[in-house]
Amino acid sequence: MSLEVNIKKKYKGFSLDVNFQTNGEYLGILGASGSGKSLTLKCIAGVETPDEGKIVLNNRVLYDSQKNINIIPQSRNIGYMFQNYALFPNMTAEENISVGLKLSKKEKKLKTNELLKMFHLEDMGYKYPAQLSGGQQQRVALARIIAYEPDVLLLDEPFSALDSQLKSELHTDFFDMLKLYKGEVLIVTHSKDEAYRFSENLALIENGAITGFGKTKEIFEHPKSLSEAKMIGCKNISPCEVSADNKILCTDWGMILKSNNIPENCKYIGIPSGNFETVNEPGANTIECKLVNVIEEINEYTIVIENNNGHENNPIYFNINKETWNNTKNKNELILKINDFYLLK
Amino acid sequence: MNWSPMLISLKTASVSIVITFFLGLYAAKLVVGMKSEKIRIFIDGILTLPLVLPPTVVGFFILLILGVKRPVGRFLLEFLSVKIVFSWTATVIAAVIVSFPLMYRSARGALEQVDKNLIMAGRTLGMSERRIFWRVIMPLALPGIASGGVLAFARGLGEFGATAMVAGNIANKTRTLPLAIYAEVAAGNMEDSYGYVAVVVLISFVVLSLMNYFTIRGSKYTDKDVSK
Repeated sequence: MSLEVNIKKKYKGFSLDVNFQTNGEYLGILGASGSGKSLTLKCIAGVETPDEGKIVLNNRVLYDSQKNINIIPQSRNIGYMFQNYALFPNMTAEENISVGLKLSKKEKKLKTNELLKMFHLEDMGYKYPAQLSGGQQQRVALARIIAYEPDVLLLDEPFSALDSQLKSELHTDFFDMLKLYKGEVLIVTHSKDEAYRFSENLALIENGAITGFGKTKEIFEHPKSLSEAKMIGCKNISPCEVSADNKILCTDWGMILKSNNIPENCKYIGIPSGNFETVNEPGANTIECKLVNVIEEINEYTIVIENNNGHENNPIYFNINKETWNNTKNKNELILKINDFYLLK
Repeated sequence: MNWSPMLISLKTASVSIVITFFLGLYAAKLVVGMKSEKIRIFIDGILTLPLVLPPTVVGFFILLILGVKRPVGRFLLEFLSVKIVFSWTATVIAAVIVSFPLMYRSARGALEQVDKNLIMAGRTLGMSERRIFWRVIMPLALPGIASGGVLAFARGLGEFGATAMVAGNIANKTRTLPLAIYAEVAAGNMEDSYGYVAVVVLISFVVLSLMNYFTIRGSKYTDKDVSK
């Protein structure tokens, strides 16, 4: 199982230029809205045509601008789950599932019933999409695609049409259902949680270009570039200068940190907001700072601080347990120890 | 009251709506599928023109093409012995051309409103373009298409100007309801036109009710409480 995508497309003043390969493991494509995620999927499915490039699925060329190959979407055998599910509103759940199948009436009925059962929709077959809940619609959409036995499954923001309260409940259900499908899966999302939970590999996309690619866990644990750090939600980022004796000067914050493991081309430093610890005495990798703001969250506080020598326009955010913060003395003259940080290209 | 204008009108309107319906729908489908924006705007302008031109001007153009001294009209007369102008066929042609834009524009709007994602979904599910059109696009666009058809029917029934130009006002042959009303009033027989007027008002009212019915039906699939 492999999918090879290398395409360029100009689209309404936006230019897409993506290049990646999958190897059979679940691939997540993470990016903000408008970054070209959906357009990439649409090009793979064949409902949009790239300007140039190549798309190869399991050694079958789907699109090649040089050889003038452009297989119609009907023959690509790619399952595409649309953002709003795109269920046909004029058909019942059952009809939605069976409408694309090329089988006899009897076989269709058999297969549809089997799928309804598989997706826990036994009593929903006669209902129209408008009568189904968001979660049920999602399952009908998935059943409809899987009925067609596609070689690859493309999921375009599968949860964006659902209420946030429902989401976490449905995440588990949905991924269980997804395991019924044995094949390549690509999921496009703007949510880093979904990307982390779902995908073994991750591609980061920004302004129509892939800016990071690798194992999901590695990217989240050790981002290597500025865009990777931003994408996983690291709030504290500053340009930095590395000196010969393993010292890193964080230019925005006016502080110096030490590390024995500095990669080449290190231009930025990122500090995850969970990696701070309040201490009583200054020491290695500590900063003295003043308090700017305290934001109360559900389970913790987010503290906004500024290093005494730092710039005003780039404050540091860190999270702290509520009890620990309430017991902290000298809140206006904090000393913080930085336990871990990312050194970024 | 003479029933002949009513029969002629109903016959004309019925035949012309069948032609207008399919012609308008087909034209709408073609225009919606056009890739070039410029060509689409141009074609759309031409197809809509009969809606804004005075019906007499439309009639004038029909005469230009089909008049017995014009190439097409002469060809039909000399080789097929068919004389179109001042025949019943001419009332149908006038009604079709004048009512066409209403059908075309309604159908076009209805087709364009169908969610593009549904069409794309159909394609990725392996449905042929024909199947997508008949199973997805048509059912969803049907309320708009139907109300366009009803509107075009009403317009065809009420057609006066172009009909007078190309079909004349020949009693028992091309005298439709609107022409009969005009003829009676022109002859000073106001009383005799009451029946005709009543019929036209009645039919128009039924047509409007039908249109409302189709509009309400249009929201069927979006309501939560769809009855099975």
